[in-house]
Amino acid sequence: MPEIRLKLNELACERDERVLFSKLTVDYGPGDIVQVAGVNGAGKTTLLRIICGLSSNFNGSIAWGEDSNRSYAFRSSLLYLGHAPGLNTSLTPMENLFWYFGLNGLKSSPAPALDKKAFTRQLKQALAETGMGGYEHVPCRMLSAGQQRRVALARIYCSAAPLWVLDEPFTAIDKEGVVALQKRFAEHAASGGLILLTSHQALELDNLQTLDLSAYRGAAP
Amino acid sequence: MIELPGTGYAMWQNLKRELVVGFRNRGDMANPLIFFLCTLVFIPLGISPDGDVLAEIAPGMIWIIALLATLLSLDRLFSSDFDDGSLEQALLSGQPMHFIVLGKIIVHWLITGLPLTILSPVLGAMMFLPAGGYFTLFLTLLIGTLSLSLLGAIGAALTVALRRGGLLLSLIIMPLYVPVLILGTGVVNSAISGLPYNGLLSLMGAYLVFWLMLAPFAAAGALRVSLDG
Repeated sequence: MPEIRLKLNELACERDERVLFSKLTVDYGPGDIVQVAGVNGAGKTTLLRIICGLSSNFNGSIAWGEDSNRSYAFRSSLLYLGHAPGLNTSLTPMENLFWYFGLNGLKSSPAPALDKKAFTRQLKQALAETGMGGYEHVPCRMLSAGQQRRVALARIYCSAAPLWVLDEPFTAIDKEGVVALQKRFAEHAASGGLILLTSHQALELDNLQTLDLSAYRGAAP
Repeated sequence: MIELPGTGYAMWQNLKRELVVGFRNRGDMANPLIFFLCTLVFIPLGISPDGDVLAEIAPGMIWIIALLATLLSLDRLFSSDFDDGSLEQALLSGQPMHFIVLGKIIVHWLITGLPLTILSPVLGAMMFLPAGGYFTLFLTLLIGTLSLSLLGAIGAALTVALRRGGLLLSLIIMPLYVPVLILGTGVVNSAISGLPYNGLLSLMGAYLVFWLMLAPFAAAGALRVSLDG
């Protein structure tokens, strides 16, 4: 297993001549659930995109264990869920998940043998757990926003990726769904995973840490 | 150490997905073809039904319309994946992005360039194309439309994040399309006049191979920039 440790060092981001955050130095390890907090426009999504490597508009450094360039070790540990669900609307949930795991793999170590039947069963199981059982072969364009979100979230029931970066995972999810997701988050943290998420909901999780971006606003570095 | 799926396996999964998406959206596939067909039906009506006049302009016309039809289909190449977040996921998957892009380009060619090429002899007949030109028209379109798809991907990747990128896309791509057009019509015209055309055809092939190597990297880089916002 790679070392599960995310270190942000003196991270700063400026956007449209406005400093979103600066001197952001934090260190998270196994079992941490971090809720990035801040008002709308505080830079929560920007921070997550910077950490994932989608955005290069920052100063400072980010390290994942020994990997300071966020290369293979980081990519193979990451599960990212952005604002958009990452589902093609003309494909079914199963086809979308097959594509996703075809590129990403299950990220467990050692890698399991790729048996299509067992894998299909696993994906069905994951969809059932997010409450999307029975919708496996319905094109995603027929699903509601909340249902699409649930299909996207089925990834976290399959993937063994240690680092989850989730941008507003609870958007359009109903109350029961939010409770079930929090249970899954707690399981992941208990098994030594690390979760970064943004949400405006008050979460009921034991080892929840809050990263309040408004504390890091300040003069340009 | 966690291992990602092998590149070959991942690319096969990606190619399968692209094909399914392509064939589920058959309307997108038909659109350039119908444009191609309509324009060629209008030419005899607008210019002259006289066979000699049409035969004179046939190779150029067919090539120009094939080029415009390809251009018409380009702005959709990456836009739906960009909007629904699939592109982000592909980029973060750790798989080589240029192979993913190459898969998309090949499928784009399979559903626009290839049907257009297969249809071209029929359209040649409609335009009174002289008998010597059919084989080379087919061959140049086969090579040329793949070049057009490859080049178009660079422009589509550069403009995918823009609100109205269509105009810019045409401006970026047109200069790169010029050699394909000149060589394509050159080969067909030479064949019709009974002149040797191997040299021009080889140049077309070279142009294709050059962009086959370069375009996926350029488009992947452009996508990375487009997503970096």
